[in-house]
Amino acid sequence: MTLVQKLGQLNWGLVIVVTLIASVGFAMLYSAANGNIHPWASRQMARFGPALVMMIGLALVDIRIWLRNAYIIYLGALALLVAVEFVGAAGMGAQRWISLGPVNLQPSEVMKLALIIVLARYFHALPKGAVTKARYLIWPALLSAAPALLVLRQPDLGTAVMLLMIAGVLFFMAGVRLWTFGLAIGLGLVAIPIAWQFMKPYQKRRILTFLDPESDPLGAGYHILQSKIALGSGGLTGKGFLKGSQAHLNFLPEKQTDFIFTMLAEEFGLVGGIGLLALYSLVLVYGYFIALRAHSQFGRLLALGVTSAFFLYVFINIAMVMGLIPVVGVPLPLISYGGTSMVMLLVGFGLLLGVHVHRDLAVGRTGVVAGAD
Amino acid sequence: MIRDQELYRIFSRRAALVAGGKLVLLAALSGRMYYLQVIEAERYRTLAEDNRINMRLLAPLRGVIFDRYGVEIAANQQNYRLVVVPERSPDIDQTLARVARFIALDERDRKRVKKVIRRKRGFVPVTIRENLDWREVAKIEVNTPDLPGVLIEVGQTRLYPFGEAAAHLLGYVGAVSESEITGEPLLQLPSFRIGKNGVEKARDKQLRGRGGRSEVEVNATGRVVRELSRKEGQPGDEIRLTIDMALQEFAFKRVGDQSAAVTVMDVRTGEVLALASAPAFDPNAFNKGITGGYWRQLMGDERAPLTNKSISGQYAPGSTFKMMVALAALEAGLVGPEHSVFCRGFVRLGRSRFHCWKRGGHGLVDMHAALQQSCDVYFYDLARRTGVNRFSAMAERFGLGAPPGIGLPGEKPGLMPTREWKLAVIGERWQGGETLVAGIGQGFTLATPLQLAVMAARIGNGGYQVRPRIFLDPPGERPQDLGAPTPGPGASLGISDGAMDVVRRGMFAVSNSPRGTAYRSRIREKRWRMAGKTGTSQVRRITLAERRRGIVKNEERPWKERDHALFVGYAPAHDPRLAISVVVEHGGGGSKAAAPIARDVMVEALRRGEEVESAAMGIGVGGAANRDGLGGALRKAALGGGADRHGGR
Repeated sequence: MTLVQKLGQLNWGLVIVVTLIASVGFAMLYSAANGNIHPWASRQMARFGPALVMMIGLALVDIRIWLRNAYIIYLGALALLVAVEFVGAAGMGAQRWISLGPVNLQPSEVMKLALIIVLARYFHALPKGAVTKARYLIWPALLSAAPALLVLRQPDLGTAVMLLMIAGVLFFMAGVRLWTFGLAIGLGLVAIPIAWQFMKPYQKRRILTFLDPESDPLGAGYHILQSKIALGSGGLTGKGFLKGSQAHLNFLPEKQTDFIFTMLAEEFGLVGGIGLLALYSLVLVYGYFIALRAHSQFGRLLALGVTSAFFLYVFINIAMVMGLIPVVGVPLPLISYGGTSMVMLLVGFGLLLGVHVHRDLAVGRTGVVAGAD
Repeated sequence: MIRDQELYRIFSRRAALVAGGKLVLLAALSGRMYYLQVIEAERYRTLAEDNRINMRLLAPLRGVIFDRYGVEIAANQQNYRLVVVPERSPDIDQTLARVARFIALDERDRKRVKKVIRRKRGFVPVTIRENLDWREVAKIEVNTPDLPGVLIEVGQTRLYPFGEAAAHLLGYVGAVSESEITGEPLLQLPSFRIGKNGVEKARDKQLRGRGGRSEVEVNATGRVVRELSRKEGQPGDEIRLTIDMALQEFAFKRVGDQSAAVTVMDVRTGEVLALASAPAFDPNAFNKGITGGYWRQLMGDERAPLTNKSISGQYAPGSTFKMMVALAALEAGLVGPEHSVFCRGFVRLGRSRFHCWKRGGHGLVDMHAALQQSCDVYFYDLARRTGVNRFSAMAERFGLGAPPGIGLPGEKPGLMPTREWKLAVIGERWQGGETLVAGIGQGFTLATPLQLAVMAARIGNGGYQVRPRIFLDPPGERPQDLGAPTPGPGASLGISDGAMDVVRRGMFAVSNSPRGTAYRSRIREKRWRMAGKTGTSQVRRITLAERRRGIVKNEERPWKERDHALFVGYAPAHDPRLAISVVVEHGGGGSKAAAPIARDVMVEALRRGEEVESAAMGIGVGGAANRDGLGGALRKAALGGGADRHGGR
């Protein structure tokens, strides 16, 4: 395929939906700054432009290149995760990012994609029937556990759980027997009391206040409570753009990042919240469509992995601000202010679009062209 | 591609499962959103409003207190406060150093400011200095560009233009103490001041006014974003007193640094024109925050500058009490005014000797001469004949032995002893000698200066039940100008005119006949001549041994052991208008220490009365309709010469 042909094959619908969601994000960042394009909206837009171009560029890259270099990408991400231990900057009591000149890089965000690629490659290359045999699952389990443990050490419980969930989805999609998941969940439950021992006090506190946020309205439960007040007071149609009293009077914490959904729901009400969920669902539909249209297992796993990671972001963030799950510090995809998150999401969509462009490509086990098609 | 097909089958089946799971989760999110935003919306809306809106109380302006002529004696003054808003001042040390170039600011002040700043949020103004004067305000205003975050705030403080002169009468205001906090929300305001004593305390509720409300929108840190609504409070009521401030000040200054109380009241209306107590304290110092040194000085002064002696000081009335004994004896029909006693300087009762103040004795004295010369022996005889219960009861008719009910905190009742009282309270039987001692106003007998003034007024008005008062109530009531005809006093006390006449002639002689004890302090002006009675009350018992050695003169004794000097009287004698009482603690003799003060204050009171009267008459012809003009003229006359002495600003 030529470049022009490839561009023609691009799933423009998805590109438009992604741009639409990002635009909602710009509007919310404009509102978060009390009706000012600075400091957030302007910078977010400046990042989105190049990132969108990069996304389209990545979509044109032959997905076999990802397959061939899967382990290199994975090892690179792992190296970054290790590096963050030594040179990482601490934020909110955890080491999370590396400062690379003007860019703050969050290795855990990179790792999410790298894990999807490496697991997709592994399951793609497995011989027939191997996926049901336990010994073939040891290696991918290790591939998943290593970054999860490193992230947990930072400590960033939310991202660790997310990595495991992404891995879980890929295992499941690859055809791993259901009882294996039962066993894993059982082991996980046993591990909870052990993990509790290793948690930092702020993490324990977050989980405890999650269970009863109103017990400590001025302390740790304050964020959740104020978020619920903001959401609830928005009502059906909201208080209007730029009129969210909770957000604009700063009762709402981190309104430009993790709690931006709350501000949206305060200003645009249930209608706005559901509307955004619908846009996100549209992205999911595109993701499934692309995954099911792909001819190679690698492409399918890659597409569904990216889609599921995206879904996890959406779900965890929104469930968190509504007080359904603990506050874990996951941004709302495409809307929350933040560089790495935005860029990595668009990289992910680049891969997803790439699967679509190369949906009919036959992919050999190790990425070499497997015969003429 | 069998393998691929099988993989695809598994993949698509499982993709459907995962998609279904995601759908369920998305539905859960929607459901939760519906629950929060529709079902619970009302509750959260209320919570959001509570978050956002803060009610602030606005302190009302405290009511102004005027004297009888409309002179402000307790007012409100703008207090210019220098504050700094820390978040607007990038370098607080530098800012303070610059401020110190314009106004005095020592290291302690700077430390205090920085300490307060550390404890408060950045946008809360922190006070650097209170009570800036005009020059300081101007200096700061001019240099504002160099002083980031420094502002001048205007508050209100209480101002007593006459300072010490009316300190006890007016009291003072201070911060609300823990025990004074009630449900009233105004009291929670940190800058709110309430009356702590005197009129300020007695009429605190009236003076306070009603607080206003301001609804402000605040953000999460408590910073005010904007004001949503504002309802101004209602200032406190104005209060008008019967006091003539210029006279009060004259009396206070006349007393000098002695420990004394001077009370002047109208014998017909009971309006108190002066209620001075000295020494006093500076009430302005109390609301600015009193210094430790000044407080210790006040507390350590044996002349009790914090006590209002006029109503709280209880003294043995001494010879000023003799009129009561005379009246009791006459009214009981036991003796006539011609009753005479031979005074040889003492009288014997049982094994005790009771002395007259005059060592050699007065010789043969009748009632008139006994009052005129204050013969103790005569009144020993009269007291013995009349009995303590009878003359204590007579004294109570004249206002002694019970609080006069002037409406100020701390009024004391004094004490008029009876036989039953002693048995009940002390648990001993009344002794015959105690009757003699009580008959010359000593022993258990106690009275406050205000009570003595009331007694003098009731004698002066011919035996009518006048009650003292300092409030011109209800509001709007105009003072009875001294010259204007006044309504008659209250109910008659039921004393026969004959008896009253005897006593009043006796009192006239005290001041106006050469043998009278107050002759040297008489008022020479014929139309103002005063009738009175001196009193000297012992603070301690003189032992027999001391008397043999010869009584040590007052001046040679320590201050605390000297006699109290008293004087009661009324004037003009032929048509009494004003009554006066003067008590000088440890002042020595009544004729020497108290009578001259009484004369001077009375002359001033009568002079001012005539002055105001003529001022009112002069204007009354042309501009009676112009009440302001009249009031202004009265005020000018009241201030003596028209200089507006307290309104310098």
